[in-house]
Amino acid sequence: MSEYSIEFKNLVKKFGESTVLNDVSFGIHKDKITTVLGFSGAGKTTLMKHILGLTMPTSGDVTVLGTTINQIDELALREFRRNFGMVFQYAALFDFLTSFENVAFPLREFTKMTEEEIKVKVMGLLKSVGISEEAAFKLPSELSGGMRKRVGLARGLALDPHIMLYDEPTSGLDPITTHMVYDLMKSTHYDNIEHGFTSVIISHDIHATLKYSDYIVFMEQGRVVEHLDVETFKKSENPVIRRFLEL
Amino acid sequence: MKSQVEKKIENLGTGVLDMLNGLGTFTNYTSRTIFWTFKPPYRFKLLFDQIYFIGNKSIFIIFLTSSFTGAVFAFQIYVGMKVINADSFIGPITMIAMSKELAPVLSGLVVAGRCGAAMAAQIGTMKVTEQIDALEVMGINSYQYLAVPRIVGATIALPMLSAIFLLIGYGGAWLIGVKVIQIDEIVFSSKISDFMDLGMVAEGIIKATVFGYLIGIIGTYHGFAVQGGAEGVGKGTNMSVVWGMITVLVVDFFLTSFLTKIL
Repeated sequence: MSEYSIEFKNLVKKFGESTVLNDVSFGIHKDKITTVLGFSGAGKTTLMKHILGLTMPTSGDVTVLGTTINQIDELALREFRRNFGMVFQYAALFDFLTSFENVAFPLREFTKMTEEEIKVKVMGLLKSVGISEEAAFKLPSELSGGMRKRVGLARGLALDPHIMLYDEPTSGLDPITTHMVYDLMKSTHYDNIEHGFTSVIISHDIHATLKYSDYIVFMEQGRVVEHLDVETFKKSENPVIRRFLEL
Repeated sequence: MKSQVEKKIENLGTGVLDMLNGLGTFTNYTSRTIFWTFKPPYRFKLLFDQIYFIGNKSIFIIFLTSSFTGAVFAFQIYVGMKVINADSFIGPITMIAMSKELAPVLSGLVVAGRCGAAMAAQIGTMKVTEQIDALEVMGINSYQYLAVPRIVGATIALPMLSAIFLLIGYGGAWLIGVKVIQIDEIVFSSKISDFMDLGMVAEGIIKATVFGYLIGIIGTYHGFAVQGGAEGVGKGTNMSVVWGMITVLVVDFFLTSFLTKIL
């Protein structure tokens, strides 16, 4: 069995004349927290869209949990996406639903749970991310940025995913809330690790990355510059990484 | 250096290519929504919500439009017809025009303005705030979840609104014809039943159904096509209203030619 839950093989993605991902090959370790780091426009978000099958490669393969997702049909891919949880940059909560209904949404869509069971599960998830009962029945527009991220995390966890993806989860948050969200991501990771749980974070935040990640993938101009564990990364002599580390 | 003529030809070529590209994208979108309409799961609650939004919530504006249209149309017919002493024909002329043209077209324009804009704005906002991506990541087809209920809802609701338009429009015409101009009530009604048939009502209902479908597909398409932020949503909403209204008027012409032959 592979030591990776996600593997990229010679992945190339072009949009017209522009090459956004250029021969990317690496694996994301199973049950670890991996952060994909890089400057804006490095191809991080495009890479994440390939993991989810939201974008298909121009050439190369993306294998997730043993399934080459660019080779399966659309219906199978939709089914397969239930292995993922995702926290978006600005949470992407459905603005017409309360926090409770946002978290209940995937359960109502994909499970045969009764309303009573859904209520128990949703309230449990919201409690685990620090959302009060009062806030559970508020609309996203009535919540702070940090609370929205936490509700987004609870929604991402609703279907017990095997891979959790975070797209710049702390952008727009103050430093204290940023660390609260990272603490929550880390505790979520280790709380779920027994059923197999890989966390992938897309970030710019070098300091939080060094503190909370197991592995770091550094990207620049569509290429993977380094893929190292955190301690080795800190000692990297690569000038681009050194510049990033000295920020 | 390119000459002015070369630049103009280049611009024309780019315009044609953009138009063909847009047409291709729209055709692809339409075929995908048709595919997902017939694919389970069927979300009836979302469909009823849309019928309620498009139908019930448009009744007041339909009431205003139809009552005044019926009244004004009846009055204008009276002005023309009294010259040749044919003012008793106010009823049938008004009702034929309303059932075949005014009810479906004006209901269509009202729904294109009110609901087509709302569809584009709702879906466009969801797109720029990544809510559509969130649906897709969960494995939910966003066309099936967002577009299909709105398209089917508009297809069902618009003929109903058109029928209501016709009934209230009749009321407006009756008020002017019988109460203001003092045409005998029995003459007013009997002339209508002499000159109208079910085919005319059916023509209006068929047109309204087609308009409902087109408004739904145009409104949702412009929502999904939104790019950028708030400006993109505004542009998509505007495009949805403009194209929705133009489509109702143009398609009405072709439908009239076609339906007149078969009904």
